[in-house]
Amino acid sequence: MKPPVWQTVGFYALVAIIVLQAVFPFYYAILTSLEDGQALFEVNYLPKALDLANYRAMLTGGVFGKQILNSVFVATVVVILSLCLAVTAAFALSRIRFRGRGLLLLTVLSVSMFPQIAVLSGLFEVIRFLGLFNSLWSLVFSYMIFTLPFTVWVLTTFMRNLPVEIEEAAIMDGASSLTIIRRVFLPLMWPAMVTTGLLAFIHAWNEFLFALTFMSTDSQRTVPVAIALISGRSEFEIPWGNIMAASVIVTLPLVALVLVFQRKIVSGLTAGAVKG
Amino acid sequence: MSANPVKSRLSRNRTRSAWLFLLPMLVTLFVVAAWPLGRTVWFSFTDASLDMMSEARWVGIRNYLEYVDFGGGEGQYYGLLADARWWRSVWNTVLFAVVSVSFETVFGLIIALVLNQQFRGRGLVRAAVLIPWAIPTIVSARMWAWMLHDQFGIINDMLQGLGLIAEPIAWTASPDTAMIAVLIVDIWKTTPFMALLILAGLQMVPGDIYEAAKLDGIPAWRVFRKVTLPLIMPAVLVAVVFRALDALRVFDIVYVLTPNTDATRTMSVYARENLFDYDQFAYGSAASTLLFLIIALITITFIMATRMDLEGKRS
Repeated sequence: MKPPVWQTVGFYALVAIIVLQAVFPFYYAILTSLEDGQALFEVNYLPKALDLANYRAMLTGGVFGKQILNSVFVATVVVILSLCLAVTAAFALSRIRFRGRGLLLLTVLSVSMFPQIAVLSGLFEVIRFLGLFNSLWSLVFSYMIFTLPFTVWVLTTFMRNLPVEIEEAAIMDGASSLTIIRRVFLPLMWPAMVTTGLLAFIHAWNEFLFALTFMSTDSQRTVPVAIALISGRSEFEIPWGNIMAASVIVTLPLVALVLVFQRKIVSGLTAGAVKG
Repeated sequence: MSANPVKSRLSRNRTRSAWLFLLPMLVTLFVVAAWPLGRTVWFSFTDASLDMMSEARWVGIRNYLEYVDFGGGEGQYYGLLADARWWRSVWNTVLFAVVSVSFETVFGLIIALVLNQQFRGRGLVRAAVLIPWAIPTIVSARMWAWMLHDQFGIINDMLQGLGLIAEPIAWTASPDTAMIAVLIVDIWKTTPFMALLILAGLQMVPGDIYEAAKLDGIPAWRVFRKVTLPLIMPAVLVAVVFRALDALRVFDIVYVLTPNTDATRTMSVYARENLFDYDQFAYGSAASTLLFLIIALITITFIMATRMDLEGKRS
């Protein structure tokens, strides 16, 4: 039994609308970033120019290159640190029965619900005390508040679902817990770690509030803040072409990552939420 | 004497190593979350300022509420709870959260239902849907600021082309439309997340249910309402709560898209303004504390209401 024609047509029309609304804004940003001067101020739906002036302006001369490196550094270090801390913690939380486990998981979960603004003044004091103000390490430090609970939570749910048998032999052989993690679990956990690492990376890459507050000089800023602060002398001099070029530069790698790791990201996101 | 000394020693060992393994994480969480939160709450009861944090003195609840007697029966309330701008930002935040999450749920449900069908190019469509999610919030705010530009924006151009509006709209600048602009960007950006979570719920619905309904000739709409919706409700609910908690602390989009306007200022924006722009550190801390309390209350209610399966017993 085939569905009536109007249903098929309607369905594909809906699909077209969904795709169009998702893709168009980014398409338009690319299109704008390739326009320069007067062309910018005419509304075009199709590419007319292919002018790389905006990209040249962003990547040469200024500090934007340095700011990209800042973001890469912060996000990478945050991911490595939180994965290291999370693997052992997740092992304890998922494979060992001990009193207070449920409460600990609850604590971890509730930290991931913390509004960042609620810790902002306290963190500001800690960071000044540690002498980290305007240092990239302040971001590495503070981003732990959202990457760590997330990675612990997802890795715990993942490890919990692995069968008991895999470590029984190792326990019988008298292997230490650390050996069991290294030899038994790590090889099995690469997929989960890639997924959580990727999501944590994206989160750290996009973070704005801490990066805005804990950095005070241009050369120390990360890209979201840099892009937010690009402005002209007046409302009419905002360099939209430059902003769009910068936006495309920092977004393309993310979009590529997401498209390549689509399945993994979807499973990671849902493991973080639905498994509750 | 234990019946099985080997096993009990083993489990004691394992319990010890459990705490050892948890220690680094717990210490980190204490330093980045618990301690700063405690300090924020403490600051909210002091006269702390940005330059004099260590000399902060206890002032009671003055930052929250204080009655100043002018004498002769005259007087006025001061403090956060008497501040109309604070209540305006509370209202803005609640409005933002309710409207954005409602639209995201409906749109997310539609997209999830579409993606749950078998059709050619489904993988590509799913990839396309993920794009708004992948774009950093700041970037989407600026992209949309450009698209919503009053003079050169493509949105006004489209709407005028379709004859829907006569004059260009100053979306982000006008107080009447600023909140709408913020909502558009947020809904666009976070609907994919909602769609994915709901899709995960949909995919757990066994396919033979649909087969059976089809054989019985039950109309699709009724199958959706009577079978699909109740089955995916838990997944939808979790997604809604996650998003709502996220929406209540919204900062980036508002800060970048519509800076400095009463029409869109949210609780987080209000708190940060006071902390760092107006040098009202203690007062801003009080606002942060209240925001935290609101979110904590919602979270606790949710966890209690759903009795979340934390130990993994049910799985």
